[in-house]
Amino acid sequence: MAHAYTPGLKVTKKTIVRKERKLPLKGNVLVKVGDEVEPDTIVAKTELPGDVQTINLAGKLGIMPDEVKDFILKKEGDPVEKDEVIAETKGLFGRFLKTQIKSPVKGTIETVSPITGQLIIREPPIPVQIDAYIKGKIVEVIENEGVIVETVATFVQGIFGIGGETKGVIRRIVDKPSDPVTPDVIDDSLKGAIGIGGSIVTKEALDKAVKVGMSALVVGGIDDMDLKKFLGYEIGVAITGNEQKGITLIITEGFGKMNMSNKAFKLLTDSEGKHASVNGATQIRAGVMRPEVIIPLEGETGEDIEIKEARGLEVGDLVRIIRAPYFGYIGKVVELPPELQKIETEAKVRVLVVETDNGERITLPRANVEIIEE
Amino acid sequence: MNTKKDLKRILATDCGSTTTKAILIEKKGEEYRLVVRGEAPTTVEAPFEDVTKGVLNAIREVEELTGVEILDGEKIIKPAQDKRGVDIYVSTSSAGGGLQMMVAGVVKQMTAESAARAALGAGAIVMDVIATNDKRMDHERIELIRRLRPDMILLSGGVDGGTISHVVHLAELIAAAEPKPRFGTGYDLPVIYAGNKDAREEIKKILEKKSALSIVDNLRPVLERENLKPARDKIHDLFMEHVMAHAPGYRKLMTWTDVPIMPTPGAVGLLIETVARKENIEVLGVDIGGATTDIFSVFQGVFNRTVSANLGMSYSISNVLAETGIPNIMRWVPFTIDEVELRNRIRNKMIRPTTIPQTLEELMIEQAIAREALRLALLQHKEMAVGLKGVQQERTISDAFAQTATGETLVNMMTLNLVVGSGGALSHAPRRVQSALMMIDAFEVQGITRLAVDSIFMMPHLGVLSTVHERSATEVFEKDCLIRLGTSIVPVGTSAKEGQVVVTVNIGDKTYQVKYGEMKLIQLGLGETVEAEIIPAKGFDVGAGKGKPVTTKLEGGVVGVIIDGRGRPLTLPEDHGKRIAKLKEWFTELDVYPSIP
Repeated sequence: MAHAYTPGLKVTKKTIVRKERKLPLKGNVLVKVGDEVEPDTIVAKTELPGDVQTINLAGKLGIMPDEVKDFILKKEGDPVEKDEVIAETKGLFGRFLKTQIKSPVKGTIETVSPITGQLIIREPPIPVQIDAYIKGKIVEVIENEGVIVETVATFVQGIFGIGGETKGVIRRIVDKPSDPVTPDVIDDSLKGAIGIGGSIVTKEALDKAVKVGMSALVVGGIDDMDLKKFLGYEIGVAITGNEQKGITLIITEGFGKMNMSNKAFKLLTDSEGKHASVNGATQIRAGVMRPEVIIPLEGETGEDIEIKEARGLEVGDLVRIIRAPYFGYIGKVVELPPELQKIETEAKVRVLVVETDNGERITLPRANVEIIEE
Repeated sequence: MNTKKDLKRILATDCGSTTTKAILIEKKGEEYRLVVRGEAPTTVEAPFEDVTKGVLNAIREVEELTGVEILDGEKIIKPAQDKRGVDIYVSTSSAGGGLQMMVAGVVKQMTAESAARAALGAGAIVMDVIATNDKRMDHERIELIRRLRPDMILLSGGVDGGTISHVVHLAELIAAAEPKPRFGTGYDLPVIYAGNKDAREEIKKILEKKSALSIVDNLRPVLERENLKPARDKIHDLFMEHVMAHAPGYRKLMTWTDVPIMPTPGAVGLLIETVARKENIEVLGVDIGGATTDIFSVFQGVFNRTVSANLGMSYSISNVLAETGIPNIMRWVPFTIDEVELRNRIRNKMIRPTTIPQTLEELMIEQAIAREALRLALLQHKEMAVGLKGVQQERTISDAFAQTATGETLVNMMTLNLVVGSGGALSHAPRRVQSALMMIDAFEVQGITRLAVDSIFMMPHLGVLSTVHERSATEVFEKDCLIRLGTSIVPVGTSAKEGQVVVTVNIGDKTYQVKYGEMKLIQLGLGETVEAEIIPAKGFDVGAGKGKPVTTKLEGGVVGVIIDGRGRPLTLPEDHGKRIAKLKEWFTELDVYPSIP
């Protein structure tokens, strides 16, 4: 390939953020292009078809499936109330020994099958609505499906998260990016807040954050062992966002004790007191999705934002090493030898030479660094 | 398209989820050979959203490397003349997450299982199987169909002429769920009915208005026989018509190819089937990827494919850990590492899947995880690759002493002739012997087995090519695709003591003896074969029965002949120190790593 290039995570002071907000099924869009929206403004709604209940009428009445039509009191499309009688046998001597079948739910008779003797009742539709998630402006309406909301914001992507969309006020909870987040830095004043931490969060600190009702925690790293204990299970594939643990957690660097990058720490803590929207949802397959912190900037138009073209790795770029044994080191690219080189494992790969802050020069595979985007 | 006989130049591409790979094959003299391979990033997703861009880039790389002019703008030049054009162009695709299906059948162990085999064989990921006896409530089944949003549903049930009410009920459930396809809301979900032919009219009434219904021959017309081909073929057709046609750029790509685009694993399966049939051998093929591990096999002439959707080396690496546990991974690692540290390393690979091991320690850990992913994938394969269940068997007196239940696995590691590995962990291991040992350890091969790897993952291209031109596909497979590693000799048995000779191998005037718990490597180069007499010790079997010698030709390769005296089933010492000592002994004897930490 022409060049090895691992795009870094976006950590940007000012950028234009666009979010697509789409219904799972077609429905109604409630806003129009140009509308200003708050994070909790409902932008579209629809109704999902209700749940379905099946009743084996033939079985319950002790008759053949094709006889069901003779005993049923309702027809397809009829509404029924819960406990309403929907079928009954004739019984002996009028009402004695009469078998009655009552509807287990309120709904509509969907089908009655003469082949299987099954009756299907559909419950009332389930309303579904979606909110704007971020404060911003509607820039596009996708007819019957949803909208695109746009805002000018400080935007920080994490590498991994759990828990879904939430919002709150940014609060710094440690002094330095290398400080761990322990239970003692969390108190009741953080209720509803998005806490910005340092290098690692412990399970005990996470438990306390849930207890005081924090919305989210953004931190450099976490031990996988602690994450497993916190979740109560082992994460299998990297698709998250639906965890219901009472908090959204965003890891910016990786697993283990990892100082949050200075840039991310500074951007986030400089935004102390501002309202932000966050999402821990992560998907590391085709259609990569990373967790994010979006802090809308009031009164900014975004006209002065330069759009940088994605490009390959170049000498002078600032990179982060993302694999052992130098995981977490940050340095500048000083050499990009074109020819393949044999590394310790004997694999022949494209390499680069990185000079770290303390002047150490490290040769490593290009695949094991990511660009720190300015 | 040119007539099949005089194809001179063939172009094939495989659009994977990250890379599009193009190969060019030419007829040189009387044989077909690979000329070159080009690749480019796949362009299905934003900002390109047009798969053909990546295809064109990969073809341009082929043009640059060969000097053959293939493209006229965005058009593929046909036919081939001198240094210009190709005679045929074929392609496979697994971009966009591949083909995801749900299957339904009346009895879980019978028609539902047959339906799952048909879907897997066609190259699909089976998201779930619904059956009348799956112990779920109806509302749970409906909820499941709704939530999973498959690309397609395969419904079967009932033998021809049998009862129809069960399969009709399943159709009612599918209709009630009003399933929506994964891509967009603008088209109906394809449903294939391959059940009791007497139920067709009822099925039509129920499903025709709520889905894009297709009806094919019953995949289990009688209990004793499966007829999976019509369902498999229909899945391939619908994959193109409905699923791929909604993915960006595929409509255009479809007009370029001379035969329909196939799902990548479906094409690999076809090739494995072709090879097994042509050579009359039993074959096991494996493709270990970042997200999934596919296993293909042909045993007793029956083809099977399974995909372990959540066993892989990057995206799914954490799931390997979740399924097998830390101790099972650590047993293959010849040094001590703290569990907290190991867990963090595995997770960091999951979140940054494109990184590669830089140190030997890291490589050994990755190869330990690969062994477990392969082992688990084969276990799943063994459960699916079984004889038909519910079939009455005629028994003779002798059978009564060796009773086999119906539905036993077809996978027999002793009769297996050839293992072919592919995917990053096996194709790109720095030393080929590492791939050989990973496969021996993970699959616990038995008896005499040839080992090979697919060097540059050409099997999909050759699979789809085999549907139009089998000769070129098999010739290139033999000569350019496979890297032959050599042969493993594994006596099966457990009742030996450490130090007791378990097998003696006579090659010419040389005799090699391997003791219980030992491994040995005999040099035998690529293209070389030797006649060997293999004499197992009493209680050990290399294929002819306990203690019975076998005389056979052994094939060499880039590794050689590996004699594995560790017995089967393979157990490693429980004691931590002893286990590490043993691993070091084997790695040293086979020269697996440049050094061991």
